Amino acid sequence: MELTVGANQFFWKPEPWSALYDQLAQAPVDRVVLGELVCSKRLPFYQDRIPAAITTLQKAGKQPVLTSLALVTLKRERKMTAELAEMGVEVEINDLTALALLPEGAKFSVGPLVNVYNESTLSWLAGMGATRVCLPPELPLEAVRTLAQAGRDLGVAIEVWGYGRVPLAISGRCYHARRHGRTKDNCQFACEEDPDGLDVRTLENRSFLAMNGVQTLSDTHACADHQVETLRDAGVSALRLSPQTGDFAGLCALWRKRLDGELAAGAVAEALQRAQPDIRLSDGFLTGASGTEWSGAQASA
Amino acid sequence: MVMEIVCPAGTPAALRAAVKAGAHTVYCGFADETNARNFPGLNFSREEMQEGVRFAHAHGAKVLVAINTYPRAGAEEIWRQAVADSETAGADAVILADPGLLDYAARNHPDLRRHLSVQAAAANADIINFYARAFGVKRVVLPRVLSVPEIAAINAETDVETEVFVFGGLCVMAEGRCSLSSYATGKSPNMNGVCSPASHVEYRETGDGLDARLGGYTIHRVGRDEPAPYPTLCKGCFTAGGKTGHLFEDPVSLNAEQLIPQLAKAGVTALKIEGRQRSRSYVAQVVRNFRAAVDAQAAGQPIPQGMLASLSEGQATTTGAYKKTWR
Repeated sequence: MELTVGANQFFWKPEPWSALYDQLAQAPVDRVVLGELVCSKRLPFYQDRIPAAITTLQKAGKQPVLTSLALVTLKRERKMTAELAEMGVEVEINDLTALALLPEGAKFSVGPLVNVYNESTLSWLAGMGATRVCLPPELPLEAVRTLAQAGRDLGVAIEVWGYGRVPLAISGRCYHARRHGRTKDNCQFACEEDPDGLDVRTLENRSFLAMNGVQTLSDTHACADHQVETLRDAGVSALRLSPQTGDFAGLCALWRKRLDGELAAGAVAEALQRAQPDIRLSDGFLTGASGTEWSGAQASA
Repeated sequence: MVMEIVCPAGTPAALRAAVKAGAHTVYCGFADETNARNFPGLNFSREEMQEGVRFAHAHGAKVLVAINTYPRAGAEEIWRQAVADSETAGADAVILADPGLLDYAARNHPDLRRHLSVQAAAANADIINFYARAFGVKRVVLPRVLSVPEIAAINAETDVETEVFVFGGLCVMAEGRCSLSSYATGKSPNMNGVCSPASHVEYRETGDGLDARLGGYTIHRVGRDEPAPYPTLCKGCFTAGGKTGHLFEDPVSLNAEQLIPQLAKAGVTALKIEGRQRSRSYVAQVVRNFRAAVDAQAAGQPIPQGMLASLSEGQATTTGAYKKTWR
């Protein structure tokens, strides 16, 4: 199985933004998705660094892929979406608007924020030129199996959300701005203060969600450590890892070892929890009764 | 021209009540996971759908069938059958969200009119025109993330009719792009047709009030004599960065009645009322009021004030994203 690094969902300052792609050039990953997924207001702060990041990744033998925005509404967002293909690298659509605006006949990949729930939609996308689909993270293992099989028949590589806070919702409203008593137009880039998202806790002070501008994520870091063999046997081509602060290249290396069989099931989770005792892991969307559940909980209890 | 009002019917009785109250159009769904209001005791059997369409047509009203969840991998036949049965029942259109199902319907039921569900979250003219080209979609239900000027701009760039929500429950997230409910409960709007389902709600008495829990998470707390709102996830009470409150949205519902003249000017064809889970008396009252409002609008008269306030959830209403400052 291959490793894809998904688009950085958070708003990072320009220097750490570039540093991530310098590190990933040296990391054992196959494909790196970059660009702005969540909020078009962030893009001007690092836009001029994207070509250099693409070149760095290409020189290191990684495939760079440009993401579209997750929710395209404004005129300037439509324009920037239409211009994505001009960068000369593969585009990952995360809103069907990007598909509508791609040049006729262009091959593309499909990100986790496009609703691919069944074989018909997968087949329709394949007919439109999709070569790779990262499935929506809320899909249970049974659906993943069916779609991986369909993907094999259609020649579409199927990818599954392997690690990181799960994108759960996207809105027209900016929650970071709202929390600071501001509107989206006058957000003053409040989300920049939280490079891994802002923890949202319940009334009994339990960690629950994470806020990231117009996006809402899970508090837990999804972790498919216990499902690697099952996913591989189902025909899943790649796992997707979602960038976070800290030693992300090291995290990628850990997953590479796990996929290569050098680490046993549970070893990635154990290493991650050792390094960051505060984070909670989950794999409930794949195998649990709800997304928050973690199949490793009993083993470690 | 009178704006079309599109009214909810969770039961045959609500359908008849809506039609009698003046609904131009009623929307409803089959009693299964194919629609986004898959609640116990709600929705239509095949026979009830046929009878409902017959009743509506006899009174000059139309019926739209919502088949707007995302078909489950390996079980798409259930959704395809719902499309076929809608055509057999004589429905005026189906409301679909999934591209695979739209493609299937366009190929196999070309004469059955197709509307794009709000669950597809088509939020700009490019994607709306794309759905029209690809699947022959004639109308789009716009997601609740757009302001009135943005809706006007969309209408200036498309021939596809637009329908917007004007009353009832309010999603704050882009519809069809939200897994909050399945994260907490395992049941999602996209896959199961439910959000924050009652089966996962629990109320707990505490020393000085009542806690409302969803999937085991306490997301609302009220004092002893306060009304307890239903714990819908995005309208829950949370803490972030030292601040506690309704971080996503207050427990409010949408009422855009006073915006009807602006929506008409923006080129909107139809006004949608949320609430297939509501009683027939509620539906009848809301429909009567909105019918009076669109008739007043068409006659160039002012929209009657504040008729619906008492019917709104928690008594507090908002005009949502239609005003840009909501964002």
